[in-house]
Amino acid sequence: MTKQEYTITVYTENHIGLLNRIAIIFSRRKINIDSLNTSPSEIPGIHRFNIVIDETEEVVQKLVRQIEKQVEVLKAYYNTNDEIIWQEMALYKVPTSEIAEKALVERLLREHGANAVVIRNDYTVFETTGHREETEKLIKVLEPFGLIEFVRSARVAIIKSSKGFHEKLQEFESIEPGEAVKENEYLNQAEEVFSM
Amino acid sequence: MEATLQQPPTETKEQKVSLITGSEIVLKSLISEKVKTIFGYPGGAIMPIYDALFDYNDQLEHILVRHEQGAIHAAQGFARTSGEVGVVFATSGPGATNLVTGLADAMIDSTPLVCITGQVFAHLLGTDAFQETDVINITTPVTKWNYQVTDASEIADTLAKAFYIARSGRPGPVLIDITKNAQIQQVAFIGYTPCRHIRSYRPKPIVRQEYIDAAADLINKAERPYVIFGQGIILGKAEEEFKTFIEKSGIPAAWTLLGLSALPTGHPLNVGMLGMHGNYGPNVLTNECDVLIAIGMRFDDRVTGRLDKYARQAKVVHLDIDPAEIDKNVKTTVPVWGDCKETLPLLTEKIISRDHSAWLQRFRDFAKEEYKEVISKDFNPGGDILNMAEVIDALNELTGGDAVIVTDVGQHQMVASRYAKFTKSKSNVTSGGLGTMGFALPAAIGAKFGAPDRTVVAIAGDGGIQMTIQELGTIMQYQTDVKIIILNNNFLGMVRQWQELFNDRRYSFVDITSPDFVQVAKGYHIEGEKVVARTDLKSALKRMLDHSGAYLLEVIVGKENNVFPMVPQGCGVGEIRLK
Repeated sequence: MTKQEYTITVYTENHIGLLNRIAIIFSRRKINIDSLNTSPSEIPGIHRFNIVIDETEEVVQKLVRQIEKQVEVLKAYYNTNDEIIWQEMALYKVPTSEIAEKALVERLLREHGANAVVIRNDYTVFETTGHREETEKLIKVLEPFGLIEFVRSARVAIIKSSKGFHEKLQEFESIEPGEAVKENEYLNQAEEVFSM
Repeated sequence: MEATLQQPPTETKEQKVSLITGSEIVLKSLISEKVKTIFGYPGGAIMPIYDALFDYNDQLEHILVRHEQGAIHAAQGFARTSGEVGVVFATSGPGATNLVTGLADAMIDSTPLVCITGQVFAHLLGTDAFQETDVINITTPVTKWNYQVTDASEIADTLAKAFYIARSGRPGPVLIDITKNAQIQQVAFIGYTPCRHIRSYRPKPIVRQEYIDAAADLINKAERPYVIFGQGIILGKAEEEFKTFIEKSGIPAAWTLLGLSALPTGHPLNVGMLGMHGNYGPNVLTNECDVLIAIGMRFDDRVTGRLDKYARQAKVVHLDIDPAEIDKNVKTTVPVWGDCKETLPLLTEKIISRDHSAWLQRFRDFAKEEYKEVISKDFNPGGDILNMAEVIDALNELTGGDAVIVTDVGQHQMVASRYAKFTKSKSNVTSGGLGTMGFALPAAIGAKFGAPDRTVVAIAGDGGIQMTIQELGTIMQYQTDVKIIILNNNFLGMVRQWQELFNDRRYSFVDITSPDFVQVAKGYHIEGEKVVARTDLKSALKRMLDHSGAYLLEVIVGKENNVFPMVPQGCGVGEIRLK
């Protein structure tokens, strides 16, 4: 099996120390996390992790099962890039004098879907959002003009086929504690999104 | 409504305003969880809890150990023989870090524990205060769950969660770190509600009938089906369900190190032990069976040997409560997720009784060969020097397989596991996954508290016993009736065996000297004796078992004896060596 980029989505309780618990599942196996984002989800109080790694599906599947085993994790699943809509945001700081004199700023902005966030006498900050290739392309363009600083955010991703987690969570909550059989009935309906 | 009106209003009011300390809430919570025994060691940051314990001495028995590692191993031993959650108290800093080995051991061997550690005052967190250490982050990889409490109002609910998580699903250790201010703080306590549900936590996966059907179909069509079972049977309290399953199906069954005692060793379908030092047939025939039914076991590398040479021909049915175990090491044809207490009866119902006597005979033939080549020589080595196996053999004869055997780690552990007879479940206590030397002595103390009516025999080597020998002090103080056998070969025998076989006999730092163990025991007012001659062995063992109270028996065994059979590292189970 060949390695490729996988985006792991994890729905969790908002619990101190959970980030560490999830991160060590990767570091224990000497797997580097390419990108990690935590954010609120569509449900108040429920957090959502987006983790990007470059691995084989077999490895990713085992990791997801280990993640889901954690007490505060509601659900974890993984997707390839063609199954998700994803974005990363990047900021570029360049000297205003250089960029104003030597580049066609207007064209730059249009071609790369960039915005000027701040324009000062000494520097200008551009912002662009897109896939990694797109944000990287703009680095190449700006480098000749003396790129002072560059930063890119973690990936945020939404699964194309998902109907959202809200309904599922309500089902989670509606289940009376204890009765394993009832839980099964519900889990059986959730083939589409649930990884196991 | 009427009842409420009739109640004197003052009483409810008083109940509402009664304030108690966080420490007392800890103890009341433990009592509500029916905890009777705590293994622990006091210290600065847990002093308020110990102060409260002074008043609860009649309801909670506290066993003062000699080292926190001893406390947690004792709690493990307690959990393993009682089937209940083991409870540990330790202070912050070094008290807590001394628990780490035991936590790792309990994590990998799925032992339910609740460890309560004291922590510095909340306002001192992160200031490098005296005996402050980041216990939560240190223990995260080795706990099923952990949590730091900084406010007394959180204590009852947190402990309720802790017990629920520790014992439900695949059990494991939980650590609760309580800051000193929360222990002192007074809050209203309205009572303890046990936890039965956590929204984000699924202790048991779905039992899916389609997988039960598929598994039954595979098993019913199999010509050479083979069951391998682990501790899951014991943890799931499914010994009867398991026995019914194999008896109806007539399938031979072999055990992992931790599965030992789930099925009586004398059962006609019990074909022996799996793994690196397991029995001949169970290893070789793994690569000849057509359907491998793994129950409550996790395909540890010591069981499988080289994975690409492990049961490649077989279809694999894997029953496990932990979905993360499915396909982790061995690819499963049919995963039967769920608690084996529920899945085994469902499977048994669908199984057709079939005659597998010819297949079972294959195991018997291998057993005969193993007996001729290995076992008979182990039991009758000739010469003047005793062999470890002889000691176990004699012990079996005297106990009839009714004793709890607690082993340490190394050669004696493999010999004891291979040869000890068991008639009851929850009788084998050993450090399997982590292989913690020093486990046996403290674990045996806990095992005795967990099964007070049973004979508990700790078996350790001369190396392992010296790692936690201070717990003889605990045995002395509580007059714990633990029988201790030290199989002394004056070597760190297992490492020496490997050095002999794989490192050209370069015996690098395995030559260990020992104190006079009998004198050491005497110093702790524990009776003991040393056996060198074969003729003295049985009578000495009998004296040990008949003695009321703890007894230490040191047996001098052959210096350079090896444990066989053996699957050398990097080899497949089919390449098992008899010598």
